[in-house]
Amino acid sequence: MDQLVDAALARSFGLSGEEYERVLAIMGRTPSLTELGIFSVMWSEHCSYKSSRVWLKTLPTKAPWVIHGPGENAGVVDIGEGLAAIFKMESHNHPSFIEPFQGAATGVGGILRDVFTMGARPIANLNALRFGDPDLAVTKRVVDGVVRGIGGYGNCVGVPTVGGETNFHRSYNGNPLVNAMTVGIAAQDRIFLSAAAGIGNPVVYVGSKTGRDGIHGATMASTEFAADSEEKRPTVQVGDPFIEKLLIEACLELMATDAIVAIQDMGAAGLTSSSVEMAGKGGVGIELDLDAVPQREAGMTAYEMMLSESQERMLIVIDPAREEMARAIFEKWELDFAVIGHITDTGRIIVMHKGVVEADIALDPLAEQAPLYERPYVEAAKPGALGDVDDPVGIAAGLVRLIGCADVASRKWIWDQYDGTVGGQTVKRPGQADAAVVKIPGSRRALALTTDCTPRYCAADPEAGGAQAVVEAWRNITATGGLPLAVTDNLNFGNPEKPVIMGQIVAAIRGMGAACTALDFPVVSGNVSLYNETEGSGILPTPAIGGLGVIEDAAKAVGIALRPGLDLVVVGTTRGELGQSLWLREVLGREDGAPPTIDFAVERRNGEFVRGLIGAGLVAACHDVSDGGLLVAVAEMALAGDVGAAVTLMPEGAAHGFWFGEDQARYVLAVADGAAVIAAAREVSVVAAALGTSGGDRLTLPDGNAISVAEMRTAHEHFFARWFA
Amino acid sequence: MHAGVVVFPGINRERDIAIALEGSLGRRPRMIWHRETDLAGVDLVVIPGGFSYGDYLRCGAMAAQSPVMRAVADHAARGGYVLGVCNGFQILTEAGMLPGALLRNAGLRFLSMECRLRVERADTVFSGAYARGQVFRAPMAHGDGNYFADEATLDRLEGEGLVAFRYVDAAGGVTGAANLNGSARNIAGVLSANLRVLGLMPHPENLVDPLMGGVDGKPLFDSLAAIGVA
Repeated sequence: MDQLVDAALARSFGLSGEEYERVLAIMGRTPSLTELGIFSVMWSEHCSYKSSRVWLKTLPTKAPWVIHGPGENAGVVDIGEGLAAIFKMESHNHPSFIEPFQGAATGVGGILRDVFTMGARPIANLNALRFGDPDLAVTKRVVDGVVRGIGGYGNCVGVPTVGGETNFHRSYNGNPLVNAMTVGIAAQDRIFLSAAAGIGNPVVYVGSKTGRDGIHGATMASTEFAADSEEKRPTVQVGDPFIEKLLIEACLELMATDAIVAIQDMGAAGLTSSSVEMAGKGGVGIELDLDAVPQREAGMTAYEMMLSESQERMLIVIDPAREEMARAIFEKWELDFAVIGHITDTGRIIVMHKGVVEADIALDPLAEQAPLYERPYVEAAKPGALGDVDDPVGIAAGLVRLIGCADVASRKWIWDQYDGTVGGQTVKRPGQADAAVVKIPGSRRALALTTDCTPRYCAADPEAGGAQAVVEAWRNITATGGLPLAVTDNLNFGNPEKPVIMGQIVAAIRGMGAACTALDFPVVSGNVSLYNETEGSGILPTPAIGGLGVIEDAAKAVGIALRPGLDLVVVGTTRGELGQSLWLREVLGREDGAPPTIDFAVERRNGEFVRGLIGAGLVAACHDVSDGGLLVAVAEMALAGDVGAAVTLMPEGAAHGFWFGEDQARYVLAVADGAAVIAAAREVSVVAAALGTSGGDRLTLPDGNAISVAEMRTAHEHFFARWFA
Repeated sequence: MHAGVVVFPGINRERDIAIALEGSLGRRPRMIWHRETDLAGVDLVVIPGGFSYGDYLRCGAMAAQSPVMRAVADHAARGGYVLGVCNGFQILTEAGMLPGALLRNAGLRFLSMECRLRVERADTVFSGAYARGQVFRAPMAHGDGNYFADEATLDRLEGEGLVAFRYVDAAGGVTGAANLNGSARNIAGVLSANLRVLGLMPHPENLVDPLMGGVDGKPLFDSLAAIGVA
């Protein structure tokens, strides 16, 4: 290919003039097209974290139970019995707008590979999804495609999709967010890392053949969208979950032997990032012969092969004595297995194709001189308190409106398209508990898994919103009886070159970090997705948190479903904070005020109290209070159990604030003996109050109004049923 | 009773069914790779759910041509027991071992939810631990579970008592609302003429433990444990 390599071409690859100058200085000559391609993807925002890295470093990442924090393919934590949970969340936002089905499907495939590449069998998938205004036709198309894509991939690979969250807001009209999380289990002494070693060791390519799909996908994920984004459809990858399933089984079979020196999936920036990162981490060099790469199309150039993001591929550095045994495993699974190079001591990546050196780059400067920006930022002023607001509709009508609104309505339509039971270990499916509960095969233990973020809080006050995302994840795990261990994060923001957006990133990370530190809930993996803007309009800041906890005895996990004849107790203080609440938005059409206050000490004290009660077997059902407030929490418990409740607690202050305020650190418990629970709470300085009792087929309010569970169900399930009728 | 579980590339519920079989039969089933053709010593062949060969041509069509399926057919011809669940049911129909076909769900979406099944006869090796007419819950998870056969075949199946399970409501009623995937006559499972081959779409193997929501599916496996081996 005779394309002229110059600053203009570099700019079209996403490198700034200054960055291109740096490439020239490192190379000491004009780079080849392939070399420029390698620099541009390795230095893209997506691969280099150049705008966020200085801030990500401030997050707490250590705890005695953390085995591997950020820097590996996924985070690894000790879950007892010699086992490790390996997990990560990753975005596939940009592809999912251009081509929703394939974008979402390959997002699931990519995060699965990040987890099984470390030696774990994936046991659960979750998805944090944000879509635009449901009144727009494009939103319906995107929702349908994304849900089909997630289901189409996850169902086929046989990993249950057990949880997640879905929000709607007009800020996502042109930039939906698809954040996929995978959790796997491995033996602690069988964890595989990516640092290459062993001069002369063969570098093996396994999986699907390389095609021209997804070239420069990482670069696309690092720019804003313009009106012509549809033209970028060819940069979206195409997934094949059948091949992924074979790849999982073949890799796990190989991992049961001692053949692997290092392994990494070919994700964003494909062969380039996997080879550069493996050699770089190992402090060695790598030489690739692209003639040996299994190719799907004829006439591919070195540039195309190095930048292809064809899916379902892995790169393995292998013990040469085990090469034939390894080859036999991949042949059994009918997957390509090709030695495409070897490890060298040169500290360089050398790419050969048809006898020509297409790239020859020193690895150290490629990594160490990667751009790192302390971008200018401004933090918006903290919002003022909301002040008093009147209730124009009344409590019962407000409740019906909230449980039927897009952000609270039943997600049954979505879950019903995801296989949530394959594997036979799903203890709590979506909607049954605040966190999904999945048993660890062969153990009494279970994992509690959740994804959380409240973007409207983050928009109003990114620091408070970042902290709230973490505490809600911690609370959701706690509400099942789980001990929260660690989080993965997926930071979705707009264009970081705008100081206001950069200010959101800085503040959100500060809030997350404070919450993670206060709750001993470190960040062990994550992903950053920036430039989520279309024609200059950015998304709500969305730092999605994926939380993982452990339950020592899966039989003790609790869900949210009410049973009749129980006392209802609310744990935590209700002040009636309506700022940025769903009630304010859905009833008054306002999105203002300050989000609810967060007190880490109270959060921790209340959560530990609740977890203790659950562990002692004293709790029949538990639900944290979040979107929509206290009454919505009770209604959701009633709906899940198909049982009514009589709420008798008299509100303090304005009734709408009391019932719909989104004060933090609260839980609703259903227990046999409410008085005993309240007395026990008092002893440890936890605020708890009798809320009412469960039973019957209606929800009765203290003002005498009542609404039947059936009527609530109609309101709750109407949204998706009508939309996709 | 010695069980063997056939594993095709893309099958994904082989571990689930192995757990259920071990729980009732008291011993681990033998896992049979699809290239194997010797089923000696296996009394019950189980073909589990999943997406054999990605379901790319037509659900079950590729697996039905696999070497092991000749051996499974011989096993059935000798009077051996065969159970096909979900993709396994699809494979058995594609292999001609059970009548009918499984089409796309009527709503054209994948359906993952709990359904209720009615036991149409309790005098088979697969259903002896249930009562006739008993209604039990079972998870289902499929995109192509819409049972189809021509009217004459359906009449024959009914007449010969070869309908094993039907989708019903909680009261056992054969209703349209209970028939989530649109199957002909609410049929969820069918038997071979000698009653020794069963195919069904839902997953009783995923409901054999109170922790996972109940034991409604366990009697199917207990039934197999209760019979002696001929």
